[in-house]
Amino acid sequence: MFAEYSTSELLSIFAMQGVAGLILFSVFVLMALGLAIIFGQMGVINMAHGEFMILGAYVTYLTSQVFSTYLPELFSIYFILAMILAFIVAAALGALVEWGMIRHLYNRPLDTLLATWGLSLILQQLYRTVFGAREVGVTLPDWLMGSYQLTDSIELPVNGLFVMTLAIGISLAVAILMYRSRWGTQVRAVVQNRAMAGAVGINTAKVDRITFALGCGIAGVAGSAFTMIGSTGPTSGQLYIVDTFLVVVFGGASSLLGTIASAFTISQAQSTMEFFMSGSMSKVLTLLFVVFILMLRPQGLFTLKVRR
Amino acid sequence: MSSNTDFVLAVEGLTVSFDGFKAVNDLTFYVDENEIRVIIGPNGAGKTTVLDLICGRTKATDGSIKFRNRELTKLREHEIVKAGVGRKFQNPSIYGDLTVFENLEISFPRGRSVFGALAFKRDEEVISKVHEVANMIFLGDQLDRQAELLSHGQKQWLEIGMLLMQDPDLLMLDEPVAGMSVGERQQTAELLRSIIKDRSVIVIEHDMQFVAQIADKVTVLHQGKILAEGSVDKVKNDPKVIEVYLGH
Amino acid sequence: MSYQRFSALFPKKEMMGFIVLAIILAVVLPLSLDIFRLNLVGKYLTYAFVAVGLVLCWGYGGILSLGQGVFFGLGGYAMAMFLKLEASDPESTKIQSTPGIPDFMDWNQLTELPFFWEPFHSFGFTIAAIILLPCIFGYIVGVAMFKRRVGGVYFAIITQALAAILTILIIGQQGYTGGVNGMTDLRTLHGYDIRTDSAKYLFYFVCVFMLFVCLFVAQFIRKSKLGRLLVAMRDKEDRVRFSGYDVANFKIFVFCIGGVFAAIGGAMFTLQVGFMSPTLVGIVPSIEMVIFCAVGGRLSIIGAVYGALIVNAAKTSFSESFPELWLFAMGGLFIAVVMAFPNGLAGLYNTYAAPKVDAFFAKLFTKKPAVATTAPPPAITPSVSKPVVTKTETPVIPQGAIHE
Repeated sequence: MFAEYSTSELLSIFAMQGVAGLILFSVFVLMALGLAIIFGQMGVINMAHGEFMILGAYVTYLTSQVFSTYLPELFSIYFILAMILAFIVAAALGALVEWGMIRHLYNRPLDTLLATWGLSLILQQLYRTVFGAREVGVTLPDWLMGSYQLTDSIELPVNGLFVMTLAIGISLAVAILMYRSRWGTQVRAVVQNRAMAGAVGINTAKVDRITFALGCGIAGVAGSAFTMIGSTGPTSGQLYIVDTFLVVVFGGASSLLGTIASAFTISQAQSTMEFFMSGSMSKVLTLLFVVFILMLRPQGLFTLKVRR
Repeated sequence: MSSNTDFVLAVEGLTVSFDGFKAVNDLTFYVDENEIRVIIGPNGAGKTTVLDLICGRTKATDGSIKFRNRELTKLREHEIVKAGVGRKFQNPSIYGDLTVFENLEISFPRGRSVFGALAFKRDEEVISKVHEVANMIFLGDQLDRQAELLSHGQKQWLEIGMLLMQDPDLLMLDEPVAGMSVGERQQTAELLRSIIKDRSVIVIEHDMQFVAQIADKVTVLHQGKILAEGSVDKVKNDPKVIEVYLGH
Repeated sequence: MSYQRFSALFPKKEMMGFIVLAIILAVVLPLSLDIFRLNLVGKYLTYAFVAVGLVLCWGYGGILSLGQGVFFGLGGYAMAMFLKLEASDPESTKIQSTPGIPDFMDWNQLTELPFFWEPFHSFGFTIAAIILLPCIFGYIVGVAMFKRRVGGVYFAIITQALAAILTILIIGQQGYTGGVNGMTDLRTLHGYDIRTDSAKYLFYFVCVFMLFVCLFVAQFIRKSKLGRLLVAMRDKEDRVRFSGYDVANFKIFVFCIGGVFAAIGGAMFTLQVGFMSPTLVGIVPSIEMVIFCAVGGRLSIIGAVYGALIVNAAKTSFSESFPELWLFAMGGLFIAVVMAFPNGLAGLYNTYAAPKVDAFFAKLFTKKPAVATTAPPPAITPSVSKPVVTKTETPVIPQGAIHE
């Protein structure tokens, strides 16, 4: 399939698709980070994760509406506020869900999966009722439009760059939080040995709630970022949930670095193949590849061999 | 790599490392016919890992485990069981949703393939064997009871009973009296003495009084290596053992 | 089968469940519903096949597959391919640029039948494919996953990915599969028009019959040692492994059986509804199939049938009158069934209704001692003593009576 292209053409194709892949990568990372925290650290499968992301997207949409109507002079910076709001709203809903549902199901992972699927259906219908079935998009402030021309054939869209920066920033923040803060130590202690963590005075119920809320909050920020590169509909979240789960599982559920590396691999593979075949076939091949690797290495790419 | 021996179990040069950490390091020991070997040692010495290695739960990095001169390190778990090795877990591992009868029945060595299990019939032979074993483990009148409802000690006995159904040549018990009351301990010691005829047994235990009651030979593990080996008295008086394990 | 083995397979109480279900499906519903509604019930019943398979896989084996739609699709598409070929004879497709191939292939500029379509000219091959394809597929997936000890949520996620892959593939390769519209305009089976009322009646009864065949197979598995092994594995997998069993083989077996049930359901769907499409294969239908099973009660094969019927009937009536409420109801159902009544309808029945029913029957047969209310779990009683007890208790029912 490479035969009909010259070397330089191939190079710029790879570069171009690489840039497109980087944006997909950023979305994957943002979504997968929240999921990896919840699944990797708590062992909870949150099927409604996509809906938490969409919640962030709708919050961003509402904020942009409010700013363009009442505060047009501040419109260029609405996005910062929107992201903070998206985080708060999604995290608050997450805490509520943890309190009402998840905490009763901690030792029944398959049941959590079904219950959160139910939650995702309810949220989807709620969005449809409130915002309508049509997709909504936000208007980007001027500074996020346009693109940098790198070479003749490669250009970097500014919004894409911004999302990438965001993804990197949030990843770093999460890594610092998990591995450098006292709270991160507590979370990891609870994961390792719940009973012992409780015995040394860690409030495990509180740690669980904050962890779940944090994961959902990050999903909200992901949704906020998502509005900059695509429009939002009630079922947009569902489109990504399986891919994101594969990203997390592929990377090895408890490893943040693994999550990022696997998001990179999957997004690059998919977007590079997309140029040479139909989108659906490249997706099929990517998914098959991931499933195949998981069969060879069920514990994921980045897990240590541990003593049972 | 290693030659044939007359021992039931010959462990030679056994090593396993987890990311460079050697939980078991170049371990060599032999178990005789009808011998009761007790393994003791501080926490983290690698005692349970040794059992895991013998029964195939953990794969060895290096070394050999021969059971009646048959290499076990290459076999899968159920093949090791079929070769005649039985293992009891540290926490009682029984099927809570099934009755005591059904728990024992599953360990009866027949119908172990998929279609064998479909065709399995509960005939006289099975029923009488279950009754026989149930009486040995003091659960003769509990056969219809859901196993979840048994006491902790009874669960330990039930798992021992499941192993008796299996009738292994080498029986490995991981802390069989942990969490038992004094009375139950006494009963268990009797039970063990009655079931260890005609087979070799490896026991992991902390209770030195219990160890002295049953052991032929004691192996002391420390940091994945053998610290001392011999009779109970010899080991008890070994200064190294007193230092790292038995205390002062 | 001797009387003794028969009564071991169907203890009195469970026997009653089968008989009541048979009467409802084969007598009450056909007599009380018009053919349109009966055809709908037939459609719901095709999901019951999947739900019964899930009871074995998930309820008993603890293996939650979120990809049962794949098997449903394999069976459904196999049947649809056969019917489509019969509907695409050169005579009725002569206006196409290539007559004699299915219409959607012609629209996609295919000029000859793809090789893998050829064998589906044969009805015998099609039937064999409906049984064997899910076995082969289930076996491959099962070996790859269970031999490597992939289980629990990982298995669920991967099967879900498989459902996604198959859907994308079907939609993407529309020249070979009919794409997003699926295979429509299916007409005859060996010249017999499947769209007539009489055909719908016939297929309904075929469907009920096949469902009972599957129920009997499931009941046999439940009552065998394999059934108890599944329960044991769900609880303490390692203990089973170290009792000398190759655990993976049992999981593969039950996963394949669940797949075959689902495929038969899919084939019956195509026959009764007259089309097959990727919307019945993907992630959403696959996870809905799990809820049919959960609502019925994940440990009850009879409950699974009621679960499939009730949830689907509710879905139809909701969608007719309040379409926007349906997703709320469905979502609520998922949450409620997990949190409030994890054993589903069967659990509710056993807790609340069963004692009353038993008391009623005990009163009905007062001349006999009321043993039924305190009947010991029969599985444990040594079988030597069993015939004596059961002969006096079990009403004499000819075996054939439950088939119809």
